[in-house]
Amino acid sequence: MKTEALHAAHQTEEQPLHHQFEEVSQQNESYVVGMWVFLVTEIMFFGGMFLAYVLYRWRYPVAWYEAHTRLDVAMGTTNTVVLLTSSLTMALAVHFAQLRNRKMQLAMLGTTIALACVFLVIKAFEWSAKFHHGLVPGPGFLWDGTVPAPQAQLFYSLYFGMTGLHALHVIIGILVIGTLGLLTFLDHPLVKNDFIPTELVGLYWHFVDIVWIFLFPLFYLIPK
Amino acid sequence: MNFPLMPDQASNFARPYDALFFVLTALTILFTVLVGALVLFFAVRYRKGSRVDRSGAVESHLGLEITWTAIPLLLGLVMFWWAAKLYVETRQPPKDAMEVFVIGKQWMWHLQHSNGVRENNELHVPVGVPVRLTMISQDVIHSFFVPQFRIKQDVLPGRYTQQWFVASKPGKFNLFCAEYCGTQHSEMGGYIYAMPPQEFQKWLASGGDKKRPSQPTMADLGKALYDRLACANCHGPQDTERGPSLYGLYGAKRRMTDGTVVEADASYIRESIKNPYAKINEGYQNTMPEYRELTEEDLLNLLAHIRTLGTAKAPGPVLGNAGPAQIGGANR
Amino acid sequence: MSTAAPVLHGESPKAPPSYLQAGHSIKSWLLTGDHKRIAVLYLISVSVFFFFGSLAASMIRIELVSPRGVMLESDTYNKVFTAHGIIMIFFFLIPAIPAVLGNFLLPIMIGARDLAFPRLNLLSWYLYVAGGLCGVLAIAFGGVDTGWTFYTPYSSMYSNTNVTLTIIGAFIAGFSSIATGINFIVTVHKMRAPGMTWFRLPLMVWGSYATSLIIVLGTPVVAITLLLVVMERVFHIGVFSPELGGDPVLFQHLFWFYSHPAVYIMILPAMGVINEVITCFSRKRIFGYHFIAFSSLAIAGLGFLVWGHHMFVSSQSMYQGMVFSLLSYLVAVPSAIKVFNWTATIYKGSVRFQTPFLYVLGFMGLFVVGGLTGLFLAAMSTDVHLTDTYFVVAHFHYVMVGGTIMGFLAGLHFWWPKFFGRMYPDSWGKLSALIIFVGFNLTFLPQFVLGYLGMPRRYHYYYFAPEFQFWHIASTAGASILAVGFLIPAVYLLWSLKYGAPAGPNPWGAKGLEWTIPSPPPTTNFLETPVVREEPYSYDAEAEEREEQAKEPTRA
Repeated sequence: MKTEALHAAHQTEEQPLHHQFEEVSQQNESYVVGMWVFLVTEIMFFGGMFLAYVLYRWRYPVAWYEAHTRLDVAMGTTNTVVLLTSSLTMALAVHFAQLRNRKMQLAMLGTTIALACVFLVIKAFEWSAKFHHGLVPGPGFLWDGTVPAPQAQLFYSLYFGMTGLHALHVIIGILVIGTLGLLTFLDHPLVKNDFIPTELVGLYWHFVDIVWIFLFPLFYLIPK
Repeated sequence: MNFPLMPDQASNFARPYDALFFVLTALTILFTVLVGALVLFFAVRYRKGSRVDRSGAVESHLGLEITWTAIPLLLGLVMFWWAAKLYVETRQPPKDAMEVFVIGKQWMWHLQHSNGVRENNELHVPVGVPVRLTMISQDVIHSFFVPQFRIKQDVLPGRYTQQWFVASKPGKFNLFCAEYCGTQHSEMGGYIYAMPPQEFQKWLASGGDKKRPSQPTMADLGKALYDRLACANCHGPQDTERGPSLYGLYGAKRRMTDGTVVEADASYIRESIKNPYAKINEGYQNTMPEYRELTEEDLLNLLAHIRTLGTAKAPGPVLGNAGPAQIGGANR
Repeated sequence: MSTAAPVLHGESPKAPPSYLQAGHSIKSWLLTGDHKRIAVLYLISVSVFFFFGSLAASMIRIELVSPRGVMLESDTYNKVFTAHGIIMIFFFLIPAIPAVLGNFLLPIMIGARDLAFPRLNLLSWYLYVAGGLCGVLAIAFGGVDTGWTFYTPYSSMYSNTNVTLTIIGAFIAGFSSIATGINFIVTVHKMRAPGMTWFRLPLMVWGSYATSLIIVLGTPVVAITLLLVVMERVFHIGVFSPELGGDPVLFQHLFWFYSHPAVYIMILPAMGVINEVITCFSRKRIFGYHFIAFSSLAIAGLGFLVWGHHMFVSSQSMYQGMVFSLLSYLVAVPSAIKVFNWTATIYKGSVRFQTPFLYVLGFMGLFVVGGLTGLFLAAMSTDVHLTDTYFVVAHFHYVMVGGTIMGFLAGLHFWWPKFFGRMYPDSWGKLSALIIFVGFNLTFLPQFVLGYLGMPRRYHYYYFAPEFQFWHIASTAGASILAVGFLIPAVYLLWSLKYGAPAGPNPWGAKGLEWTIPSPPPTTNFLETPVVREEPYSYDAEAEEREEQAKEPTRA
């Protein structure tokens, strides 16, 4: 359903027009295009580490396989399901924002945050298990496998680096979604009658989800 | 006070490099003068108030655009080709080049001849003989730069890099480190001494500057280390179930467990000693211990010894690499 | 130019106040959303950083007068050249033209009231200042000595200076740059006034647009690369350290993937400025508009494919090297196309030799030398000899100072009356341009010779080759002249703010939307949205000359 048609069907209040724009459609498109450009920069940002991963996996395939066997696939899979679900709830939040259904939108935003927190909790369990087993790169790295310790350490450097950067983006996402929720709750001018901020946050959250969709198989599902 | 304009031409590369450099300089001057003259000429001729014909000025001209796109493009491609061809030559050392090993570290150069003579921040070489440098760093990235030879190559930690040259005249030439490496980067210099071949032969045989004629060669030191570490327990003259033979290894191709075929060059041998699991020969398991405590010098010495066990071209023990370096006979 | 008494904005009850008059409190400046005010904030801050970067440069040149240095320890010298590079590249050259001239002019040139995201614009300035403060703190805590290139493993495992703090500063500044890039891209796509089609855009807009494309694609890569260096330093998460099985050359690939396109971030905006100034001062339409526009895009695209030409001696394979060398020759061609088109623009024009045009002339000469000397470095074999020597230093100063800074000064002198409603004394402007040109050449021409002779970069001492000293002394002499040349505009430009002759809306008689509004402009730029019907640069030199000469029939 086209958003403009939705508006016509349900609303009478105008979406606020910011001073630099001529009309609302120009404004909405500008924000959305801007967000997409930002997401392109995020792709390039993560891209550097993905490149390093690809290069080193190509160089040390045996080490990569063996090192990854210490990861907990069950927890990783659970996290994948959790994050995918959170993307669904986020999409629903955008949908309800477009329909100007504040109650449902807030419910969906809240659920998204809750799922994101579940993700982080599971991640915390995973990581603390790694700390316990001495799999954190650095002077305390303990490796008892058959591949050389340096190569295993390289794997875990990239593991912690990439999932860590991703987790940081999840945390930022929680803060941003939380702020959005608060502003929506307070009917703040920034979000009043304007679904675009929610849509932008939705785009960001989907990106965070997609990064995980790549991280999960690359780290947890390495074939022999 | 003198004002030098160009460095001495003291190697086989100097003249070809300089020829290329001069052509590039000529083109630079040509185009700079061309553009500069045109710009100034137009600006002055067509200055406000000048009474000249300004009619018929166009805003675009496809023919001109194509011309001034095609000409620089063509010139560029020619320069690229010439430079690339020359570069390929400089990266292909002759097989019988005299070997010198270089270890760069903060903040000095340590050089070793095959027969064991060591030098610090200095390198003596014979004129007219190809010399190949196999280099590695003990810490950060350095770069071995001899302007008068027109050679330069980064020296990396963790793997060997190589370059070669033929000194074309005797003399004393600057050696610089050309990759910033910390506090004393600018003091990590020295000299290359090119000597007539006979003089060099005498210098080398008499133990170089240290005047110790009967010091152990690199291969001797390598063999001593090889025996001390008991490498022969697993690596005998024939392949055993414990380890493949190292005889005839250097330069040979071996198949690994993942199916890839690898050439056993210096870097491969070094890696096999430090990280044996990185590449495992087909038919073997990862049972070789890691020898991570060895210094770069140790590794180079072991390499020299392994090479005496024969290369792919001449399997079986060969004396050529253990004695004084070969001199003469190279047609450069 | 009107001969009536100048109307000072804010006085007439009908005219809206200029952006400078709309609010005088600190808060109205520090919380502004007005792109013009943000441009002025940037102008002040980039000038401050340029000053500190120049101080560092002076210290370098003083030290190099003698083969054994003059007054610094090597450690300090290494920190000084690192500071010079980091400040000049990250805090001056990359932001200057986009964030000062671009911010101010882009919306006006396309007929908009502001950029697409004014608050993001303000954030970008704050990020820039925050990044700069981190850099200053790093210097205050003893500096960093890795060189602006932060090569591993020296930066990640060996240097015991403030690498992490400096990287954090550069990282934050990178986000400032990205924010500007996003803003520009969306603005150009979405905010053009009716009738302002892509091919009616001033070429400065094309230049800013191409620059912004590079910014959003390249900057994140250096951001993550530098972050990985910090992670290696602080958490021992080593992807570049050979001891951990990593590859120090991987750092170089990732670093140069951004840092090569970065040089096009620095030059494309300057080229954009040249288009505007050369047309106005030749009174002619630009020659080859489409070719210049597309060449900007070509440079942006090809610029991402040539990073390996910084690594011919780094141990990359011959074949990798050949690909990069070939592509480097290709990327030179669009710049050549621009230079020839600019030359043809002057042909049959009506040229006025005022200060902005002098800087254009300077740019043409110096950028050509800089660009052509780049070809020595794109050629693989000559690069083996010349890389990491002063030849490279000379080359990049020709393009960055002779190119970017000339472009910046041309633009600053062209649009100064628009920014502030005041004119500066043109004769002082012309004098400084001349001094800068002479000083610059004397500083950097000898460095080509030094490089060819073999003087390596980043060298504090050169006592192994004292014969280099003559050229170093010449270079330092030039630097002192150059310093004077840079100081004079600071003086007369500041002087003009209070005492300069008031400028009307269009003191140069230039075409372009920015010259149709008052100087300085009101906050919303246009009282009503313009409708564009003209092609850009609709000058007519021939007609103007005929008119002029018709007025003075007695002059022979």
